[in-house]
Amino acid sequence: MTNRILFIIMLVAGLTAPLYAYPVFVMDLLCFALFACAFNLLLGYAGLLSFGHAAFFGGAAYITGYVTKEWGFTPLLGVLAGAGFALVIGTVFGFLAIRRQGIYFAMVTLALAQIIYFLALQMPFTGGENGLQGIPRGHLFGLIDLNNSLAMYYFVFAIFLIGFGIIYRTINSPFGEVLQAIRENESRALSLGYDVDHFKLLAFVISATLAGLAGATKAIIFQFAALTNAHWQTSGEVILMTLVGGLGTVFGPVLGAITVGALSHELSAFGSWVQVILGTIFVVCVMVFRRGIIGEIQRLASRKQG
Amino acid sequence: MSMQVILAQALLGLNVGVFYAMLSLGLAVIFGLLNIINFAHGAMYMLGAFIALIGYSFLEQWFGISVQIGFWASLILVPLLVGLLGVTIERLLLRRLYDLDHIYGLLLTFGITLILQGLFSNYFNVSGTPYPGQPESLSGVVDLGFMYFPTYRLFAIVFSLVVCFATWFFIEHTKLGSRLRAGVENPDLTQAFGLNVPLMITLTFAFGAGLAGLAGVLAAPIYSVSPLMGADLIIVVFAVVVIGGMGSIMGAILSGLALGLVEGLTKVFYPPAASTVIFFLMVLVLLFRPAGLFGKEK
Repeated sequence: MTNRILFIIMLVAGLTAPLYAYPVFVMDLLCFALFACAFNLLLGYAGLLSFGHAAFFGGAAYITGYVTKEWGFTPLLGVLAGAGFALVIGTVFGFLAIRRQGIYFAMVTLALAQIIYFLALQMPFTGGENGLQGIPRGHLFGLIDLNNSLAMYYFVFAIFLIGFGIIYRTINSPFGEVLQAIRENESRALSLGYDVDHFKLLAFVISATLAGLAGATKAIIFQFAALTNAHWQTSGEVILMTLVGGLGTVFGPVLGAITVGALSHELSAFGSWVQVILGTIFVVCVMVFRRGIIGEIQRLASRKQG
Repeated sequence: MSMQVILAQALLGLNVGVFYAMLSLGLAVIFGLLNIINFAHGAMYMLGAFIALIGYSFLEQWFGISVQIGFWASLILVPLLVGLLGVTIERLLLRRLYDLDHIYGLLLTFGITLILQGLFSNYFNVSGTPYPGQPESLSGVVDLGFMYFPTYRLFAIVFSLVVCFATWFFIEHTKLGSRLRAGVENPDLTQAFGLNVPLMITLTFAFGAGLAGLAGVLAAPIYSVSPLMGADLIIVVFAVVVIGGMGSIMGAILSGLALGLVEGLTKVFYPPAASTVIFFLMVLVLLFRPAGLFGKEK
């Protein structure tokens, strides 16, 4: 019930956002919101902490940029190509990472993501530290000019809704139930006859692909694939967004992405102090605010009822 | 390709390897007792280098104290200061997270990393500041027969090796070390025998932090001191730890040295892969020996 209300709020806010906010800024937030939702599927529901999601987010952006710029792919195909790339490396990384558990899983994903980062820095087509620039926005279905910022906005919002829908469906399916069972007690799920590794890998691949979808979309919006998107700090940022909004809640990551994104934007004049502030929020969240915003609201609501 | 070039790169690789060894040793010691991975380990290494730099070059300019803390003094003072920071972090923050999932310890130390890195980025250039305090007695080069090698680098290698093996000896062969190992094996029982386990945990964390700080001081004259120096290093050290497995102290030291060597040699044979070769080795280890070279299968 609450989910339905929250979804309607999100839908209305999303549809009307260009009326009162700068579209490019909101599009950026939507990309990060989708990225955080994808990340949350893995940590919040399967209990796997990936410290390398920037590889999918940033890596997909480069692929999308390359195929639209050099091969003349349409924006939609370009975005799909980026997400497809994330799917492929997600499968490889997932296969390797699930061989270790807990804290090792985090370290393995971080180290693997670093390979993508160095490739993005060194490959001939990526533009090194400058990133891949001059990506065309192109025409959607050959008809709608995405250089129009409103058209672009609703294209991005549609992608966000599709990604969000896939995640929502995944969580509320038998598959999602099994994931949560694995999170709660892996040995028990195993003894019930579930092929735990299979479930973990599939969750990892879905999460990676949607993170890639978010990064690919971002490349089209800004016409630019940035090296920072593949940096480990981006992996940290998405963790922070999910944590602030509420780990393992449906709408938490969206709210977290908006909060952290707006905060970074407001504080951007302070230079490196932003990092200090984000770090402090991280510490505060871990110490006293582990449920996140949505999680705390849910707890208060259930206490009132009970 | 001459033998000399290869030997020279191998020695430079060993130079990097001792830093890997010291940092992965610290991570392994902390992990053994606390079961957490200290993401801030890289930041503490950076902090060590910066305290040495500030002590040497900026005390008068910033604080109006006309004292200059030299390299040798830093070598003793800095690990103590970074260790003290470790005590503070453990007592105030980490201690409250032991009952939770271990990933919260990782996330907390990640936050601390951002804070430290951001703080120093405000006052220092990201591209690095040179540390001018290298002692006179260690300048110049030594003739090793097959090549001339900077005296300071040789000193850094020998000194780090001594520290690593002293740590190993202390943990594996002294009475205090055996108590520590008992704490790793079974903290509750160890406490029941009257040993102060919480104090042991605090001191262990401080020791690991101090080791990172010490590595930072040693690194300062070689690399330029930069707010990002720790972050770039720590991710490689994570891969080293995954390759070696954190079960054994000697394993952490040896895999650190060996991987530094591999990285150095890659620079000779295929330079573009030098920054990623360790990650690819990690992939191989995960495929064929998931528990790590020195790790125990669970």
